[in-house]
Amino acid sequence: MKMTVEETAQMYEEPATTEAPKQLDGADVLIETLKKHQVEIVFGYPGGAVLPIYDALHKNPIRHILARHEQGAIHAAEGYARVSGKVGVVIATSGPGATNVVTGIADAMMDSIPLVVFTGQVATTVIGTDAFQEADIIGITQPITKHNYQVKDVADLPRIVNEAFHIASTGRPGPVVVDIPKNMATSIFVTSEDATDEVNLPGYQPTTTPNFLQIQKAAQAISTAKQPLILAGAGVLFAKASDLLEEFAEKYQIPVTNTLLGLGSIEGDHPLFLGMAGMHGTYTANMAIQTCDLLINVGARFDDRLTGNLNYFAPNAKVIHIDIDPAEIGKNVPTEIPIVADAKEALQALLGQNAPNGNTAAWLESLKVNQAEYPLHYQASEERGLLPQQVVELIHEYTNGDAVVTTDVGQHQMWAAQYYKFNSPHNWVTSGGLGTMGFGFPAAIGAQLAKPDAKVVSIVGDAGFQMTLQELSLLQEMRIPVKVIILNNQALGMVRQWQETFHGERYSQSLIPVQPDFVKLAAAYDLKGYKIETYEDAKVQLKEALASDEPVLIDCRVVQKESVFPMVAPGRGLHEMIGVKPE
Amino acid sequence: MKRIITVTVINQSGVLNRVTGLLMKRQFNIESITVGHTEQPQISKMTFVVNVEDEQKLEQLLKQLQKQVDVLKVNDITEKSIVVRELALVKVVAPPAVRSEINSIVEPFRAATIDTGKNVVTFQVTGNPEKIDAFIDLLKPYGIKDLTRTGVTAFVRETQKVHTPQLSIL
Ligand SMILES: Cc1ncc(C[n+]2csc(CCOP(=O)(O)OP(=O)(O)O)c2C)c(N)n1
Ligand SMILES: [Mg+2]
Repeated sequence: MKMTVEETAQMYEEPATTEAPKQLDGADVLIETLKKHQVEIVFGYPGGAVLPIYDALHKNPIRHILARHEQGAIHAAEGYARVSGKVGVVIATSGPGATNVVTGIADAMMDSIPLVVFTGQVATTVIGTDAFQEADIIGITQPITKHNYQVKDVADLPRIVNEAFHIASTGRPGPVVVDIPKNMATSIFVTSEDATDEVNLPGYQPTTTPNFLQIQKAAQAISTAKQPLILAGAGVLFAKASDLLEEFAEKYQIPVTNTLLGLGSIEGDHPLFLGMAGMHGTYTANMAIQTCDLLINVGARFDDRLTGNLNYFAPNAKVIHIDIDPAEIGKNVPTEIPIVADAKEALQALLGQNAPNGNTAAWLESLKVNQAEYPLHYQASEERGLLPQQVVELIHEYTNGDAVVTTDVGQHQMWAAQYYKFNSPHNWVTSGGLGTMGFGFPAAIGAQLAKPDAKVVSIVGDAGFQMTLQELSLLQEMRIPVKVIILNNQALGMVRQWQETFHGERYSQSLIPVQPDFVKLAAAYDLKGYKIETYEDAKVQLKEALASDEPVLIDCRVVQKESVFPMVAPGRGLHEMIGVKPE
Repeated sequence: MKRIITVTVINQSGVLNRVTGLLMKRQFNIESITVGHTEQPQISKMTFVVNVEDEQKLEQLLKQLQKQVDVLKVNDITEKSIVVRELALVKVVAPPAVRSEINSIVEPFRAATIDTGKNVVTFQVTGNPEKIDAFIDLLKPYGIKDLTRTGVTAFVRETQKVHTPQLSIL
C-alpha cells in the first residue's frame, strides 16, 4: 500500500516530549456537565454507540448502576427520582438499548417523573441509512417526552444537557431524551465564544406564582363553602408542599382525599384524611367527591381512574384547580377557579389570605359516619387462607408506616394503596398513569439507592415481578437490602378480577398455575427467600424479614380469587360503587 | 368548528414534526398547514386550519401547543380581523376552441396564466379559500388535469391588533 508524503512523515515524527493537555471530547464534557448538576448515580447499560461515554465514565466518581435490562435501569431511575426529588439519569445504547427504555419514558411522562435519558446513536454521518443499531429514537419518543434533543454539534452538548436538566426538573416534571451520535461523543470539544451555563428558553417559562385575583376568589369560596373537599395529587409532593397542605386543611377544617399518586401528601391516619378516591377508593372519599360543594384540586389531573364517568363527577361542586400545567386545567372537568401555579406557592398564597373559616363541622361529622359505616373490609378466616390485605397490613405494622413502598401494577397495587398508611411523604412509588407491569421491583432498587437507610419494601404481583426480576442480580452485588414481597395469587389477578366481574368468569389467559419456585430463584441470586402460606407464618416471617438489614424475597401464597373492593366499574359514576360492604 | 391558528416556533429541526405529532396524538384534525420563516430566520410561523369540536377542545389545543418547548406563541386568529390567503395552481384542459371562453371566466379572479401548452393552460390564483373553491368549480367542467393548493396562510390586520388574551387563566 502506498503512503502519502504526509503519512510517511508522520511515521517518522519524533514523539512529543511534553504531553499536551488532553483535549476534552464530547463524552468528557458530558460527564463534566453531569457533575455540575450534582449527579451522583446513573442507571444504564453499555453498548457500541455509548462506548466513548462509558470510557469517560470509567475514570469518574459518578456511580453507575448496571441494570440487567435497560427497562430495569429506567424504572430504577424513576424510583430514585420519585423518592429523592432529584433528576433520574439513564444511559442506554442506540437501537435496542434505546427502544428498551421506551416503556420507562412513557411511564415517566404519564406520572411526571423528572428523568434525563441519554441514548447513544449511530454517527451523524450514517444517520438515516439504517446503520447497525440505528433507531429513530427522537421520532419514537417525541410524543412521550417533555422534550427531546439530538446532539448535532459537539459544541452544543453542554447547553443541551443544561436545558435537559432544567426542563426535566422544573414546571411539571417529565422525561427528556438526549440522543448522542457516537461521533459527537468522540469529537474534540471546542467551546463556542458565547457559551454560558445559563438556560435561555424563551418558549419554556412555567408559571409558578398564582394569579392574585384567582387566589382571592378561591379564598372566598373556601370561606363560604359548607362541604369543601381537598383532592391532593402528586403535584403536592413535587412541590414539597405536604406540610402546607396539612396546615391548610387543618386551618379551614377541610377533609382531604388523595389520588393514587398523591398518597403520602397527608399522613395516612390524619383525622381529616378520607383515604384514596377513585376506582378503588374508599366509599367515604368517593361519596365526599359526589356530595361536596367545593372541590379543591391541588396538583392532580382528574385522571379517569379517579373521576369515573365524568358526566356524574362531583355534580354539586364548584371546582378550584391548582396545577402547574395550565393544559390540565379544564381538560376533563370544568373549572370555576383555575390557578396555574406551583402547589406550594398556591397554598402559601391561600393561607396568606387569612380568610375566615367556613363552618364544616356538620360535613366532617357526616363523613365520620360514613367512615364508621363503610370502612375498607375483607373477610379473613383460617379456611380461606392468607389474604393479600392481611399481608399489607402486617407490612404496615412491622414497618410502623415508615417504609418506602414500591408496587407493581395490579390488585396488589390497589391493596397496598388502600392498606399501607404512610406517615410521611415521598415514600410511595407506584406506576399510575401508564400502569406499567415490571415497574415495582426495579423502582425499589432506585428508591433504596436514594434512601440507603430506609426500609424499602417492594410489593409486587407474581406476574409483574417476572417481567423485570432479572434485577435481582443487583441486590447482593450492590448491597441493596430491598424486601421483595410477592403477593402471589398465581394469577394476573387484576385481569382475573375483571374477567370474573365483566366477562362471565371466563378466565382467559389469566391463571398461571406454572411458576418458578421463587424461593429457589432467590437462592440462585444468593438471596434469602421464604414461602409463606398462612397468616400465622406471615406474622413470624414478615416480622423477621422486615427487621433484617439484608435483601429478602418472600413468596406469599395468597387466596387466588380475592377481589379488590370497593370498585367503581368502568363507565360508572363514583357514587355507583360496588362491594362497599361485606356480603 | 373551523379555526385558524398561528404558531410561532423556534426554527429547530423537527419542530414541524413535533407540532403535527402533537395534533395527531391529541386527535385534532389538520385541514391545512403552511410554514415558513419570519423576518427573523431562526423563527418560523405556522398557520393551521383545524377542525375542533367545541370551545373546550379548542382551549386544549391551544394549551397543548403552548406547552411545547419550541413554541413561542400560539394565537387563534379566527375571530380577528385577518387577511387570509391561499395560492392554487390549476392546470386545465383548454383546446383553442374554448380558450377565450376560459380566459373570460378566469379574468375576474385575477388569475395569472403561468404556462400554456397546445391543449392545456396553467393558472395561478390567490385569495381566500372560498374564492379558490369558486375558481376551481368554474373550471371543473373543462377538465382539470392537475391541481395544487398551498393551504391557508394568514395575518392579523394592523388596524385591529388589539390584544386579546389567548388563554383566559394566564
Ligand atoms: C406491561 C403490562 N402488560 C399488561 C398489563 C395489564 N395488566 C394489568 S394488571 C395485570 C395483572 C398483573 O398480575 P400480577 O402482577 O400477578 O398482579 P396481581 O393483579 O395479581 O396482584 C395485567 C396483565 C399491564 N398493566 N402492564
Ligand atoms: Mg398475581
